[in-house]
Amino acid sequence: MKLVHPLMKYVRPGAISTATCAGCGDGIMAQAVLRAIDELELNIDDFVFVSGIGCAGWIPSPFFNADTLHTTHGRPIAFASGVKLARPDRKVVVISGDGDLAAIGGNHLIHAARRNIGMTVICANNGIYGMTGGQVAPTTPLGLKTTTTPYGNVERAFDLCALVEAAGASYVARWTTYHARGLTRSVKKALTKRGFSFIEVLSQCPVQYGRRTGVGNAVAMMKGYKENSLSVKKAASLNEEELKNKIIVGELVDKDSPELTEEIEKVRRIHE
Amino acid sequence: MIEIDEDLCKGCEICVAFCAKDVLKMSDKFNKKGVHPPLVVREEDCNLCGNCMLYCPDLAIVVAEEEESG
Amino acid sequence: MGKEILTGVYFMQGDIACAEGALAAGCKFFGGYPITPASEIAERMAERLPEVGGVYIQMEDELASIAAVVGSSWTGAKSMTATSGPGISLMQENIGYAVATETPCVLINVQRGGPSTGIPSIHLQGDIIQARRGSHGEYKIIALAPASAQEMFDFTIDAFNLAEKYRTPVFVLADAFVGHMREEVIIPEPEKIYRVQRKLRDSGTSGGKFRGFLDEDVAPMPIFGYGFKTHVTGSCHNDFGQRNVIDAEALDYYIKRLNNKISKRAHEIISVSQDMDGKEVALISYGSCYRAAREALNILEDEGMRQVGSFRLITVWPFPRVQIQELARKVKSIIVLENNLGQITPYVEAAAGGQAEVIFLPPRVLGTLHDPHAIVDKVKEVIP
Repeated sequence: MKLVHPLMKYVRPGAISTATCAGCGDGIMAQAVLRAIDELELNIDDFVFVSGIGCAGWIPSPFFNADTLHTTHGRPIAFASGVKLARPDRKVVVISGDGDLAAIGGNHLIHAARRNIGMTVICANNGIYGMTGGQVAPTTPLGLKTTTTPYGNVERAFDLCALVEAAGASYVARWTTYHARGLTRSVKKALTKRGFSFIEVLSQCPVQYGRRTGVGNAVAMMKGYKENSLSVKKAASLNEEELKNKIIVGELVDKDSPELTEEIEKVRRIHE
Repeated sequence: MIEIDEDLCKGCEICVAFCAKDVLKMSDKFNKKGVHPPLVVREEDCNLCGNCMLYCPDLAIVVAEEEESG
Repeated sequence: MGKEILTGVYFMQGDIACAEGALAAGCKFFGGYPITPASEIAERMAERLPEVGGVYIQMEDELASIAAVVGSSWTGAKSMTATSGPGISLMQENIGYAVATETPCVLINVQRGGPSTGIPSIHLQGDIIQARRGSHGEYKIIALAPASAQEMFDFTIDAFNLAEKYRTPVFVLADAFVGHMREEVIIPEPEKIYRVQRKLRDSGTSGGKFRGFLDEDVAPMPIFGYGFKTHVTGSCHNDFGQRNVIDAEALDYYIKRLNNKISKRAHEIISVSQDMDGKEVALISYGSCYRAAREALNILEDEGMRQVGSFRLITVWPFPRVQIQELARKVKSIIVLENNLGQITPYVEAAAGGQAEVIFLPPRVLGTLHDPHAIVDKVKEVIP
């Protein structure tokens, strides 16, 4: 008897052979998200997935067999806000890359977090602009030589989780593709939590990052995530010097705050 | 039981690298994409951890408990 | 619960009339950002939408505003935004997205002095070509030009109906004059207001291959939330919403289908109002300039001159090329009145094809209405 991957039932017919490079972390993220939906026994037809431009935008589009809105660059959170405001009963999930969500889309990210609008945003952070050939991103480490920083990057990288936490999100977590199980747990938490959830996932780009910069292939990059990451708890006992170049993984923020569509509904009820 | 859909595989080798029990090895054959898919070489050592299945970006590998027969 | 249609007779500001027109059309979502001279529309929608079970959201910028409008429209809600030239400039990419994904929505542009920051509270017809060609790529658009506070109400309803019928963004090209003026506005009984709803995919269907895009006769919209598993993308796609970024044939199909949807029905969409029977000179105008044309004709009639008539564009886009071709064969001269340096004038010249002389006449000072006497003087120059 032939085994079928348990998550195949969520994949759009004809879309199973994906366009991602060999070893791309996007596929691991796609699985982790679908696994969360599967384990929660949620109906994927209750979702609207929204993604932007960049390789990570292809995680749900066209791969997930569900209502999917693939938007212009940087704007999935703004489009998703319109979907959520008009249909608060939908589970709205944004999956996109670090350039899309935090560079061109940065403004929409911080305002959605500020509004605490009920959606889950999963950010594939590969530290580079992969789709366009390996240019520097706001998340690229200082010093890295990319196609547009041929002499070494002189800009500091964002701490995306700190940014979103400061903006007011209810749930913030960071994982890497090595921590696929932790990622699934966080997605499950985010999907059942009120308010704005943000999950950053360090995800390997083996071609535009790994090969171009000499860091290595997908396996090397994932091993790097494994070796350089530590839990929130462990990080709390280390000093700044010890934390340099380390990846802190786990849940960073988990709080409860008024959610935007609920507050809007309260205003509407005054008029009934 | 480990099932590999050879033609979905892109030859990234993540499954081989993250198997704690060395159950998998990259084969010498070529699939339709022109890359080497993995091969199950030590199925008896598999402890069903599921790493290979979870980490495959292309959903090309499935691990499940053996069905009881009869 | 508040009323969507506030039947009655009012002394009302144009911007407010526009907002009431949207509500009368069944608008349930407004995503916008404040900008002079359109902010009053946002303010009115913020007050009225919660009363009628709708949603007002002030987004962080205009790009987010139009994005939210498109997202909302994909859940089935009639959605709009209102801004001015600088805002439309910011929205262009997502306007193109709305065209490409065939998303019904209404865009109110209360035009102001430009380029750039210009003068926010002075009117100009500076964004006419922008409405037609502001986004990149090859596409068609629909745009209406109101000339009074009443028309701010009426034409906004028309804009929603056109957007729903043709699954496209529709512009209402107002300006600071018409937006900020106060005039009598009559809001009729609900029975007298005609509303068009977009064709929807039958909610009983699911799975399988459904053609939700690129039908020249307008595909039923497979909105979100019904298990249709709709895939919406601004990339080149086929009838099923499947992306194809490889084949030129796919691009050719995508472009032609999107464009033909509008151009095939141009004759139904185009609306002009003219009284050109037996006339020799035509005054072509649209929007607020029509008021000056009307006044000039009154003066001429008082003086016993009856050879001049008005040809007014209610829809500026699609452009009434055929009608102007016919007009040019019948008249000697066409005077185009625009409050800019000639944005539809080249289109008029092309359509006239040398059959009639075409004279562009702006107001003496851009940003003001034409002095009707200046129009009269120009007419007298060309009268045979």
